[in-house]
Amino acid sequence: MAGLELLSDQGYRVDGRRAGELRKIQARMGVFSQADGSAYIEQGNTKALAVVYGPHEIRGSRARALPDRALVNCQYSSATFSTGERKRRPHGDRKSCEMGLQLRQTFEAAILTQLHPRSQIDIYVQVLQADGGTYAACVNAATLAVLDAGIPMRDFVCACSAGFVDGTALADLSHVEEAAGGPQLALALLPASGQIALLEMDARLHEDHLERVLEAAAQAARDVHTLLDRVVRQHVREASILLGD
Amino acid sequence: MKETPLSNCERRFLLRAIEEKKRLDGRQTYDYRNIRISFGTDYGCCMVELGKTRVLGQVSCELVSPKLNRATEGILFFNLELSQMAAPAFEPGRQSDLLVKLNRLLERCLRNSKCIDTESLCVVAGEKVWQIRVDLHLLNHDGNIIDAASIAAIVALCHFRRPDVSVQGDEITLYTPEERDPVPLSIHHMPICVSFAFFQQGTYLLVDPNEREERVMDGLLVIAMNKHREICTIQSSGGIMLLKDQVLRCSKIAGVKVAEITELILKALENDQKVRKEGGKFGFAESIANQRITAFKMEKAPIDTSDVEEKAEEIIAEAEPPSEVVSTPVLWTPGTAQIGEGVENSWGDLEDSEKEDDEGGGDEAIILDSIKMDTGVEVSDIGSQDAPIIVSDSEEEEMIILEPDKNPKKIRTQTTSAKQEKAPSKKPVKRRKKKRAAN
Repeated sequence: MAGLELLSDQGYRVDGRRAGELRKIQARMGVFSQADGSAYIEQGNTKALAVVYGPHEIRGSRARALPDRALVNCQYSSATFSTGERKRRPHGDRKSCEMGLQLRQTFEAAILTQLHPRSQIDIYVQVLQADGGTYAACVNAATLAVLDAGIPMRDFVCACSAGFVDGTALADLSHVEEAAGGPQLALALLPASGQIALLEMDARLHEDHLERVLEAAAQAARDVHTLLDRVVRQHVREASILLGD
Repeated sequence: MKETPLSNCERRFLLRAIEEKKRLDGRQTYDYRNIRISFGTDYGCCMVELGKTRVLGQVSCELVSPKLNRATEGILFFNLELSQMAAPAFEPGRQSDLLVKLNRLLERCLRNSKCIDTESLCVVAGEKVWQIRVDLHLLNHDGNIIDAASIAAIVALCHFRRPDVSVQGDEITLYTPEERDPVPLSIHHMPICVSFAFFQQGTYLLVDPNEREERVMDGLLVIAMNKHREICTIQSSGGIMLLKDQVLRCSKIAGVKVAEITELILKALENDQKVRKEGGKFGFAESIANQRITAFKMEKAPIDTSDVEEKAEEIIAEAEPPSEVVSTPVLWTPGTAQIGEGVENSWGDLEDSEKEDDEGGGDEAIILDSIKMDTGVEVSDIGSQDAPIIVSDSEEEEMIILEPDKNPKKIRTQTTSAKQEKAPSKKPVKRRKKKRAAN
């Protein structure tokens, strides 16, 4: 897309945000009654749904059971109508497999799996609309779903994407900014300790700028944490009112 | 075939060595293994050996119609295959996780970083473009597949020559290599992956892990850079928790390593180019002949021995000379003799295990030369224990000489008593234990 200014002279991006500004995040927990935990998140136009089943007995081969911890199984699926062009395979292709692996890696590090030996925790994520930052939305949705299921975690896992245009680091990229082909970084962070659970970057970025982009992503992830924290507290308050406490 | 699990003691040994900043092959923390690049006879075929990890790369091209939303760009296709010969654990159906991860990483490293100019692969916009296909095969797995594969891919791409093509109006003429020299691909930069393995929750870090180190690592961080210090891809995997400054430090190290490797690649390409131009022999056959297959040669790895406290020479020099051997043999029967009594052993801890071995001990003599019969019993015990070790089908074992007051069993141990002389340590072990039993 030649001629599309990703960052104007006044510092505004295509959708009118500032460089470090996040899109509007709305989230809801406990959307499904059948699942142990579920959550729905909207980050701008990116909509993701996450469902958690577990901890339960290992399905399939018992040989996969780990004697000292739980097995985390993640599946990522993006709906055929989620992107501009209709996708032919919602899941099973390489990109979805990779996403599933990355989600699993992120949550294996964050969930206290030692408390549930020989069991399995399933996390299913579905992307309904992909407008940039799909990995981040999936991780945030999955965090809320795991919290809704009551599975103990070390800390929230908050993720955000970041990019780099014209010497400025941008936080929370939309699809237009991603498609422009600049460097994109996806970061999943445990906010309290600042530890990075997953770091993924594409496209060329000079080493000197790495620190700034990392910092922008980390700050954005911390902002996401504030919002998610508020959502969780709100949900707990509502649930306790319903229970009559 | 299922992978052989790593034993706990080997795991502990590796982790302890890493804590003391020692690697099994003698490398330093940031050292790469030896990289060897060799080329095949065709353009676009290369083999990269990173230590013992071997990857074969082959590039091929084809004229196809382009993708609908990218009408003026060529198509790049990468495929890494984990051949079953690479490791016993690789089976046709069982490799999906690792395969997906490696393939995706390679794709992102080489395609998203735009190392190849895809616009130059266009022949007729919207109708015919070149599809470049890079096939990588892992031939031997000794750790760090991704680095070797990325080097193989970029070297193969640099080495490849596509047929020349010219367009006149609607006619497309594809020239064979004999008509016109094939044309190299236009490559902007060479992204190379560098792997960092983390141990003990991120406390220790190693560059270029080999297969054993990969088994005990917590997680892996892969940084792909080119020699202009532009980061093409970063990927953390394995569930380790990283800190921002660790990532920054790794990127600096990666910059240094990539510069070295890029230099090596350019030199290898240059060498091959020179050999081909001068009409010399080239190809895999040439590169393999250089290694003397008939000579059993081990590469020596220098190991730092400066902190060894006791040296063998010192121990030998300071040790006392062995005690005088009692040379008068005691003849029990024709063919059975005994020289000396053996030395007191220092394997005190074997006491418990030996006790079970010697259930059928019977009466034991404290000192050998007291009762001959007891010696016979003792020796026969050893004989019966030694019996499985003796492989001889000598007839002598069955020979029984009947003598009035001697036990035929004793004679049977004629051959075994010779063994007894050869293994004096066994006897004293028993003796020592018997002393204790007597106590």
